[in-house]
Amino acid sequence: MRLGRSRLNRTLGGDIILFLVLLVTAIFMSFPLVYTISNAFKPLNELFLFPPRLFVRNPTLDNFRDLFVLMSSSWVPFSRYAFNTLLITLLGTGGHVLLGSMAAFALSQHKFPGGKLFFNVVVISLMFAPQVTAIPNYLIMSRLNWVDTYLSVIVPAWGMSLGLYLMKQFMDQVPKALLESARIDGASEFRVFWSIVMPIVKPAWLTLIILSFQQLWGQTGGQFIYSEHLKPLPYALQQIVAGGIARAGVAAAVSLVMMIVPISIFILNQSRVVETMGASGIKE
Amino acid sequence: MSVSRVEITPKSLGKPSIRERLANLFQEIRANKVAYLFLAPYAIIFLTFVVVPVGVSIGLSFTHYNMLEPPVWIGWSNYIRLFLMDDVFLIAVKNTLVYAFITGPLSYIACFIFAWMINELKPKLRALLTLLLYAPSISGNVFLVWTIIFSGDSHGYINGFLLRFGITPEPIQWLQDPRFILPIIILVVLWLSLGTSFLVFIAGLQGVDSTLYEAGAMDGIRNRWQELWYITLPSMRPQLMFGAVISITQAFTVSQHAIALAGFPSTDYAARTVVTHLIDYGNVRFEMGYACTIATVLFVVMLITQRLVQKWLRNIG
Repeated sequence: MRLGRSRLNRTLGGDIILFLVLLVTAIFMSFPLVYTISNAFKPLNELFLFPPRLFVRNPTLDNFRDLFVLMSSSWVPFSRYAFNTLLITLLGTGGHVLLGSMAAFALSQHKFPGGKLFFNVVVISLMFAPQVTAIPNYLIMSRLNWVDTYLSVIVPAWGMSLGLYLMKQFMDQVPKALLESARIDGASEFRVFWSIVMPIVKPAWLTLIILSFQQLWGQTGGQFIYSEHLKPLPYALQQIVAGGIARAGVAAAVSLVMMIVPISIFILNQSRVVETMGASGIKE
Repeated sequence: MSVSRVEITPKSLGKPSIRERLANLFQEIRANKVAYLFLAPYAIIFLTFVVVPVGVSIGLSFTHYNMLEPPVWIGWSNYIRLFLMDDVFLIAVKNTLVYAFITGPLSYIACFIFAWMINELKPKLRALLTLLLYAPSISGNVFLVWTIIFSGDSHGYINGFLLRFGITPEPIQWLQDPRFILPIIILVVLWLSLGTSFLVFIAGLQGVDSTLYEAGAMDGIRNRWQELWYITLPSMRPQLMFGAVISITQAFTVSQHAIALAGFPSTDYAARTVVTHLIDYGNVRFEMGYACTIATVLFVVMLITQRLVQKWLRNIG
């Protein structure tokens, strides 16, 4: 043991370099975030200051007030956009966690013909981007008559493959003997799933909630939703930001509102997410 | 349980006949009815919105289809046009490969290195830094701030800075000049890249058995680099593989950010990628058959890259 240092194979010089690199990176990474937060509170004369300044001097809530004025003067009431986003996010996330966990339970705790094959297809689907299937997806939506309905955004979110993958890998760690003893005691398969497995895999479904939430929270409705009264919040906010340079302050306020929710949810669940990711590895 | 009558022939002694195997399979399926019920709701949605579209896309890639008239089978014409006649596609491929080969490995390595550095810290500090580095990837459209930082007028941060110190006489058109677009997009993509893979690596590092390090020190491992190569990397190979899958997929589809930064279409197609090319033909020109050809090519290229990288990662450490 060298000089009583607590960890093996570490030098003080190395630690200092490591710390400096991390410090510089942290500044680089957080600069745009700090900038956005600061801009959201800047009065007009500070926003267009030359040369530009990073930190706000006389913080004001004007930008948020302007945001609400703009929102209340819009054709579709603001509350409707907010409702759409909440509905899409809650139903999409809820369905994904439930269906994904059920499927993961079947794949992880049962051996049946086709199960391995299905899981391999899910893993392959992780390997390509959704853009590849955008056009056929539209065709399928129009066949189902789902274009311009909430369903077109909610239902596909239930089938996200990353969620099923993470859940299945995490469930693989649940000891089979535990489930066996419950079955011997006469518990139905659904009961085993709901009262034994689900409580154990809580970190995993919290992670699924976060991943799915992030995706749906930023959902603009894109190519599927045309009616103004069905459009979600990010779409409305995009329109406000599209007002150009005159709305720079409001745009920063919008960005702040949109980023604060997913980041807060992550802060609350950070350790569970990391625990879930630990099980995520691809075994050979 | 019914016992089926089996004719004893030399063949059936060795392995079961097809009919027997089918009967076995059927029996197994019936025995696992519950499992299928659990899987079914997810499977139906997954097949409808992920698997079927891939098949449809491949099918349509051999047709001429504009969504108004029914598709017309035209064989390999789309592929021939794509590879031999579409000059812009070649630019898009070049850009995509440049993006993918620079941002892919860079972001993958960055994810690992920062996860590894953070892992050395005390838990409180580790949680804080994890949050700081991970936050950009979940902060929605905050990355648009980079358009202000690199704005072409004198109010842009970088231009303001350069002008104040007299480094340039006039503002630089960062996002319009093809020389700068690519590096700026790469920088922004890197900023966004510490996402899922980063968390996977942090988790993987925390899962490495600490007694291995002690044993390694006994066996003559002398510094943190040797420790990294001989112990850490091999112990977290599963996480490395999974992180690679996520990073490669992201690297091939930087389109969204490229469009937001450089505009669409960009000057001299400098920010054209295979995905923006696909969006151009699919959403703007409604040449669906051709767009599906682009999608199919992208799909195949992504899968091949994934396979190659997976193979290569097996030998690490």
